[in-house]
Amino acid sequence: MSEFVFLYRGGSRDGSPAEMQQVMQKWMNWLKELGEKGHVKDQGQPLERSGKLVKGRQKTVTDGPFAESKDIIGGYTLIEARDLDQAVELSKACPIFERDGAVEVRPVMKMNM
Amino acid sequence: MELSEHLFRHEAGRMVATLTRIFGPHNLALAEDVVQDAFCRAFEVWKVRGVPDNPSAWLMATAKNRAIDALRRERTARTFEPELSRLIQSEWTLSPAVEELFAPKAIKNDVLRMMFSCCHPRLGEEAQIALVLNILCGFSSAEVAGAFVSTQTAIEKRISRAKKVLASSKKLFDVSVGEEFSSRLPAVQRALYLLFNEGYHGSSPQSAVRAELCCEAMRLTTVLLEHPLGATPATYALAALMNLHAARLPARTDASGKLSSLFDQDRSRWDSQLVTQGQRFLDLSATGREVTEYHVEAAIAWVHTTADSPEDTDWRQIVGLYDMLLKIRSSPVIALNRAIAIGQHEGAERGLEEILAIVDRERLARYPFYFAALGEFQFRSGQYDLARKQFRTALSLARNSMERTFLTGRIRSCERAALAGTSVTPSRGEAP
Repeated sequence: MSEFVFLYRGGSRDGSPAEMQQVMQKWMNWLKELGEKGHVKDQGQPLERSGKLVKGRQKTVTDGPFAESKDIIGGYTLIEARDLDQAVELSKACPIFERDGAVEVRPVMKMNM
Repeated sequence: MELSEHLFRHEAGRMVATLTRIFGPHNLALAEDVVQDAFCRAFEVWKVRGVPDNPSAWLMATAKNRAIDALRRERTARTFEPELSRLIQSEWTLSPAVEELFAPKAIKNDVLRMMFSCCHPRLGEEAQIALVLNILCGFSSAEVAGAFVSTQTAIEKRISRAKKVLASSKKLFDVSVGEEFSSRLPAVQRALYLLFNEGYHGSSPQSAVRAELCCEAMRLTTVLLEHPLGATPATYALAALMNLHAARLPARTDASGKLSSLFDQDRSRWDSQLVTQGQRFLDLSATGREVTEYHVEAAIAWVHTTADSPEDTDWRQIVGLYDMLLKIRSSPVIALNRAIAIGQHEGAERGLEEILAIVDRERLARYPFYFAALGEFQFRSGQYDLARKQFRTALSLARNSMERTFLTGRIRSCERAALAGTSVTPSRGEAP
């Protein structure tokens, strides 16, 4: 088994209370199912949209957001899968796609390579 | 942990009400932004970390923290009421002041206060209901439009105009002043009654939406009953009629999803718990001197629940109750229901006579069940061709597919009966 990080990018946050609750429920079901199948190494954390960017030799500090809102990373999960293909397949059921978001699937580098 | 079905919607109402009390009705939009923000946080955190043990408390605490941020950010740009303005100028007093404004005792009546505020005398009944649904029930304008079979633009306009009226008041309605409370109470009861009716008889094709409106009306009526000044005989009567009607909801459609009239319903599917609850409320309503339309309507619904079948129903008593109702509020729809009850009691010819004697029956010209009732009684007296015509007219006025299916079925019965040339066991009529 290898490890992968799912980075959740963008995704609309608008909607009526009922819609938001519905989408949230889908997320919880999706993660629960992944967990039951043994794919969740760490459920991860949501990230604030605010923050600072520290950059360059001068260590200039600027305010976030750092990217356009559709690219902002809203959270991550540490996933276990056979290979990249399987990890990609697992990500496809993520409810983020219903709300114009994206999942970035990145293999975690192995120590013994 | 599974969330209760309408948690977000209901909490939205509670939080907007509390924030509007604190920010003032003229800052309603700010209150709504803060609530949206709180939901975004819940959405982001819960979806990954799971639902906390007490989701309502979590949401309210988040709304409180967002409110502190908003007040800090907006304290110079916006006006708040003088006392709050003074307290939020200093960091020393800002948080403690907001903490106090969110204390359980302080937020206790907020939903009720918002309910009374929404029923502002300058607003029409339709606007009041739209506002209640939007603010207190957490329906988006698209969802309100779905419930009323209206366009989203029309509903958006209605809601935004209504919000301007709401914003013109200095404070949220004060529910501790007896006189003001009692003078606005009838408008609140009426709005809840109409909200329930929209769900029960309404024109929306989606039965799920309709049942939800009934549930909302019942939930808000419960809030009204929890306040000592709100628990009047009329409110109990209102609660009774809602419960007794809602008890019949499960039987309004048959196993195949078709509309089933009161006369054809499988009465074993009536919800006995709601019947019992309705009876209890009806008992509690029987004090004081005033008999309201809610009392009479609840009594009619109650008589129906005491009968095992349409034949067993005490129609004479129902006719008497309709007479009483007409004295309180004259309406051709009530007169039509009275005529149907007479037809049940004294025969189809008498029913027809009574329908044709309704004074302002031209006002029923767009009401499908007026023609359906005529058709039903003509059918029963063997006038199949005439009956078929009436059902066709009703069909052309039908508002949703369930009504259309029902009426198409009646047209077929007429055709079959006309072909057979003899009297077929008549299927029974439809009370609208």
